[in-house]
Amino acid sequence: MVTVTIDGTVIEAPEGTTVLEAARGIGIDIPTLCFFAQLNNIGSCRVCVVEVEGEDRLVASCNTVVREGMVVHTDTDQVCTARTTALQLLLSQHDLNCAYCPRSGTCRFQKLLLDAELIAWDPLGLFMTELPSPYPKQLVRGKRAEWPAHNIIQRDENRCIHCGRCIAACDKLENIGVWAFMGTGSRSTVGVADGMTMRQAGCVSCGQCITHCPTGALSERDDISLLLDAIADPTKTTVVQIAPATRTSWGVGLGADDGALGVERMVAALKALGVDYVFDTSLAADLTIMEEGTELLNGLSERTPDTNGITWPLFTSCCPAWVRHAKDHHPDALAHLSSAKSPMMMLGAVTKAWFAEKCDPPPENIFSVALMPCTAKKGEITLPMNSHPDIPDMDAALTTRELARMIKNANIDVNALGDMPLDDPLGTFTGAGVIFGTTGGVMEAALRTAYFVATGQTAPPDSFTFAVSPHGAWTEGTFDLNGTPIRCAVSHGLSNAHALLDAIRAGVVEYEFVEIMACPSGCAGGGGQPIDGTDCEQGLKRGQTLRAIDKTQMPLRYSHENPQIQMLYDVFFGKPCSELAHHLLHTVHLPDDAGATKEKTA
Amino acid sequence: MPRLVIESPTAAETEHARLAKKAAAMLASTPCEQCPVEYTASLSRMFLADSCGKCTPCRVGLRTCCAKLDTIIAGEGTPQLLDDLRSTAQVMYAASDCAIGFTAGRMILDALDGFAEDFASHAEDDLCSHRPKAQATCTTTCPAHVDIPAYIACIRAGHLDDALRVIRNTNPLPTVCGYVCEHPCEATCRRALEDAPVNICGLKRYAADNATWSPAPTPLPATGKTIGIVGGGPAGLTAAYYLQLMGHAVTIYDQREKLGGMVRYGIPDYRLPQDRLDADIDFILSTGIDVRTDCAVGTDTTFEELMDAHDAMFVSIGAHDSKKLGCDGEDANGVMSAVEFLLAASSGRAPDFTGKRVCVVGGGNVAMDCTRTAKRLGALSVECVYRRRLTDMTALPEEIDEAKAEGCQITQLQAPIAIKTDKDGAVCALVVQPQVIGAIGRGGRPAPYDADVAQRDIPCEVVIVAIGQAIDSGAFSSVVQTERGCIVAQEDGAIADAPTPLYAGGDAVSGPSTVIKAIAAGRVAAANIDNALGYTHDVYDHVDVPPAQLSIGPCGRIELKDVISADAAQTFEIAKLGMSVQEAHQEASRCLRCDHYGFGATRSQEVASW
Repeated sequence: MVTVTIDGTVIEAPEGTTVLEAARGIGIDIPTLCFFAQLNNIGSCRVCVVEVEGEDRLVASCNTVVREGMVVHTDTDQVCTARTTALQLLLSQHDLNCAYCPRSGTCRFQKLLLDAELIAWDPLGLFMTELPSPYPKQLVRGKRAEWPAHNIIQRDENRCIHCGRCIAACDKLENIGVWAFMGTGSRSTVGVADGMTMRQAGCVSCGQCITHCPTGALSERDDISLLLDAIADPTKTTVVQIAPATRTSWGVGLGADDGALGVERMVAALKALGVDYVFDTSLAADLTIMEEGTELLNGLSERTPDTNGITWPLFTSCCPAWVRHAKDHHPDALAHLSSAKSPMMMLGAVTKAWFAEKCDPPPENIFSVALMPCTAKKGEITLPMNSHPDIPDMDAALTTRELARMIKNANIDVNALGDMPLDDPLGTFTGAGVIFGTTGGVMEAALRTAYFVATGQTAPPDSFTFAVSPHGAWTEGTFDLNGTPIRCAVSHGLSNAHALLDAIRAGVVEYEFVEIMACPSGCAGGGGQPIDGTDCEQGLKRGQTLRAIDKTQMPLRYSHENPQIQMLYDVFFGKPCSELAHHLLHTVHLPDDAGATKEKTA
Repeated sequence: MPRLVIESPTAAETEHARLAKKAAAMLASTPCEQCPVEYTASLSRMFLADSCGKCTPCRVGLRTCCAKLDTIIAGEGTPQLLDDLRSTAQVMYAASDCAIGFTAGRMILDALDGFAEDFASHAEDDLCSHRPKAQATCTTTCPAHVDIPAYIACIRAGHLDDALRVIRNTNPLPTVCGYVCEHPCEATCRRALEDAPVNICGLKRYAADNATWSPAPTPLPATGKTIGIVGGGPAGLTAAYYLQLMGHAVTIYDQREKLGGMVRYGIPDYRLPQDRLDADIDFILSTGIDVRTDCAVGTDTTFEELMDAHDAMFVSIGAHDSKKLGCDGEDANGVMSAVEFLLAASSGRAPDFTGKRVCVVGGGNVAMDCTRTAKRLGALSVECVYRRRLTDMTALPEEIDEAKAEGCQITQLQAPIAIKTDKDGAVCALVVQPQVIGAIGRGGRPAPYDADVAQRDIPCEVVIVAIGQAIDSGAFSSVVQTERGCIVAQEDGAIADAPTPLYAGGDAVSGPSTVIKAIAAGRVAAANIDNALGYTHDVYDHVDVPPAQLSIGPCGRIELKDVISADAAQTFEIAKLGMSVQEAHQEASRCLRCDHYGFGATRSQEVASW
C-alpha cells in the first residue's frame, strides 16, 4: 500500500493503482474520454490530466500509477484550462450534429462538452449550438470522409475523436486488429489497417468497436426503414422475433433503467409500431438445444483425432461473428462447428416454412425481422441457408439500439404502455432459451437437455457449474451423462477463443463440447446492445439480468419441456435431427460464403 | 559610439542555438516512422524559412514546392503534380546561387527518388502507407528489438532477474551486450530531447552483473528434430538457445577450444572479461545444448556429414580471415593480422612486446582493440596508422579516446606503402605515404590522396594489420554461394536450393558487423528453422513488467567510469566500472517509458512474440 493525497484527502491505495482509480475510490470524479476500464489507457485525449506536486507537467490520471507520498490535485486552474482546451480542440474537428446522431444522449463527448458548458441545446432541445471557441472548425471533406454505405459497421470520420478505443477493442477483445491509427502527424486518424476493406481486414462485424466508441463515429448500418416500409406495405405480414439478450437493457436510451423493462413491454412497443406478430427467439433457442444437443450426443461415439492428431470438440455455432472468424482464421476447426443454425435463422426458417403454411400468409408476403443484440446478424441473414430457393428466411436484422431509435422516432412512451403477451404459436419460451443471451448459457441449456436425453432424468437446472481453466481465460467443467463424462469449456471474446483453440491444437486441453461467443459476456455484451456512455463493460450486469429471469421468473427451465417445441416436433419435424430438421434447421459452414455478397463487400 | 565592440550573442541568437540543438536531437532520434511526404514538406519549409529571397528559384520555386507538397498531403495530388515538383526542384538545384537553394532542390529530388513509392501512393490513391510502429524508438532501432523500456522498468523496480528475462526474449547474451554492444538504441532514445539519451547499455550491464540469474526456462517438449549449428559465436549461440527452448536437439560445432567466436577471440578481456562471457554461454548451454569444440568443418568433419546427421543446419562461421594490405614485406617476421593477434592474446599465447615498437594499420574498432592490447603486452610504443582523418575512423569515439588516454598514438592521413625488413627478414619499419583528404565519394566518405610530400618510414618491430576481415567458407562451398566475400542467404536466413533446411547468419552473411546484429540474425534463423520444420513454437517468456512510473526531471546521464589505477593500461582487467545501485536507479528513472506514455500504448503490450 502507498499513501497518496488527492485534493487534500490522504488515502492508502494498493501499489499499481492508477491515480484515476484512487480518486474515484474516494468519490472524486475525474472526467475521462479515451479511457475504457481494462481496455484502453493510452492517454490520448488528455481530458483526465491532473497536477502532481513535484512534476513539471500535467499527467494523465488514467495511465499513471500512484507512488508513495504522491500529492495530486484534480481541479487546479492549470488542470481545468488543459481539460477545456483539450475538449475545444477535439470539438474543432467534430461535426456537432447531435440532433441527427444516433449517440446523442449516450455520447460521452457530448456529456463532457455540456458539463464544460462548451455546447448547449437550444431552448427547445432540438439542435445543439457551440459556444464561441478560439479554434476554427476543421472538418474532413471529400474522399477521406467517405465510407461504404453497405458496410455493417459505419464510420463517420468527422465524429471520431481518435481515442483508439475501437482499436483496443478489436485488438484486445477480439484479437483481430481491423482498426489502426493511420497516417502520421496532423493527418493521423483511425482507419482500416493497411488500407484494406473491412472484410479483407478480417472484420467479423461483432460491433465491439461500436459499443466501445465514446461518440457516434462508429455505428451499425441503419436498417430501420426496411421494417417501417414493410409495416406500411398492406400486402406484408410483419413478423418480429426478439432475441434473449435484448430484453436486458432495451429501455436504455428510452428513459428506463438497465433491466427495468421486460419482454412483454417490448411486445407492446412493437405492436404500437404496427408489427403484426411478435415471437421470441428464445423459443428457437430451445429448438437449437434440441438439435445441437442431439448432434452432440450422436457425435460422441464418432470422435477421432484429425490428420494432425487433434481431437476436436463440438463447437457451438449460434454466434455469427465466431463462425465468420472460424472461417477466416480457424479453417481446421470449421468441420467441428455444430451444423445447427443459430436460433434466429431457425425461427426464420420455421416462420417462412411452417408458420406460413399454418397461418396462411404466403412466405413471400411475410417480412421477417429479428431484433438482436448483435451487429453480425446483419451479415448472417445474407448467408445461403434459406428454406425457399428465392425467398430469404430473414428479411432484416435490427439491433437493440435500432429498436430504441424506432420507438423514440415514433414518439412512443414505453413507460406509459401496458405489457402485452407474445404471440402464439411461437411465443412460448423457457429459462434455458433466455440464458442463451449470456456467456455459458448455450452450454448450460444444452447440458440440461442432454442430461435428460442421456439419463432419462432431470438434473436440477443449476447443477452445471463451471470454473476458470488453469490453462487460460475460459471456464470449464466435466459432467457425467449416464456414465459418459462430457468435458466442456466456455469462452467469450475471440481473443480468448483464439487461445483456447491453440490449447486444443497443442493438446494442452481436450473437450467434448465448447461454447464460443465473440462478445465479452456473450450476447448480453453484444455489439448491438445499448450503450450507456460510461467507461466500463456492461455485459456482465446484463448477463446477470438474464440469469435472474431464468432463476426467478421462468416456470419452465428446460428446452425439452417447452410445449411449443414438443408440438413442433409432433406435428412438423418428427424428431430432432430428422431429415426435415436437417433441411430447415441445419446448415453447412463453407469456408467462403459465395452467396454472402452483402457481407463480403462489407 | 566606439569604433568596434566585443560582440556577444543576443538573446535571440542564444535561443536559436538552443532550439537548433533540440531540433537536431529530435531529427536524430526519430527513426523513419513519419510519413515521408510530410517529412519532405517539413524539411522544405525549414529551408524556405532560411531562404534570403535573393534568387528566384529558391524564393519562388521553393515556395511552390511547399505548396505542391501540401496539395499532395491533402490528398489532391496527381502524377502530373509529382512531375511538376520534380522539374521545379531540378531548376532549383541547377540554377540557385547559394547552398540553401541548391541543397533544397537536391533534397527534394532525393526525396522523390528515395520515397518514390510513398509519393506515388499519396499522389495516385491518397494512401499513406506509413504507420508509426507501436514500439518505443529504442526498441525499433535495436536490431534484436529488445523490449528496452520494459527491462529498464524492471531495473528501476530492482527486479534484475526479470530484466534479464525480458532481454532474453530476443537476445540471450545480455552480459555480452551490456559490455560491448554498440547500442544503436541510444542514438534514437527520445530522452535526448530532454537532456541526453539513457545509458541503456550501462543499465544492461548493471542488470547482468548484479542479478541472481534464475535458471533458464525449461525447453518445450522434445520434437525429435536435431539441428546442427556451425560456429558458436553470438549468432550461433542465439539460434541454439531458441531452437533448444523450442524442443529441438541442438549441437554446436566450433573450431576453437571454447565457444564465443569473435566475442571471445576478437574482443580483448579488458572490454569483456572471459568469465563474464562464460556466464552467458553457461546459461545458454544449461538448456541442454550439445557442444563439439575443437571441431573444424573441413578437417575434423565435413559439411556433408553434418547435413546428413541433422534435420536442419545453421551456418554462423563468422569472418575470421584477415584482409591483407597487399604490399611488399607483408610476409615478414613481425607482421601479423588482427585476427591472429587477438586470437593469440585471448587464448593465452600472447606475444611478448616488451621493448618493441608496434604499428597497427586500420581505423575500426578492431584496430583500437589491437592498439590497446599491444600496449598491455608491454610494447614500448604503439602507433595506430590510418589513411583517413580521425573523424573518418569507424571505431567508436570512446574507444579512440581511451586508446589515446592509455598512451597510444593515433597517426592520421598516412597510407601504408610497404613494410621494410632487416637482413634477417624481420620488420624494421612501416613505410607510409602522407595523404590529403579529398573528394567525397558515393558512400559519403571522403577519399584520401597522396600529399605532395615524400614517403617516410615509421620505425617498428611489429606491424598488426587490422583493415578488415573476410570469411573462410571453403569447407561449405559445395552448398553455399558467396558474393563479395559473404555467404549469400535470403532475408529469412535461408540458403536457396539446399538439400536440407539450411540457414546462415551473422558476420558470415553480413560481413564483419556488430554483436547485436549477429544476435538478431540468430533469432531470425531460429524462428524460420522452426517454421521450416513444420512448427510454430512460441518461446516468449511473459514477464510481469512493473507499471510505468513517471520519469525524473532533467538530469545528467550516468556514464561508466574508468578504473583508476596507475597500471590500468598494463593489465587485461576490465577497464570500465559498472554502475552502482544508486546510479542505476537514477539512470533507470530517466527512461521516459515511451512504450507506455507514447504511441506504444496504442497496441497490445507485447512488443515481440515468437
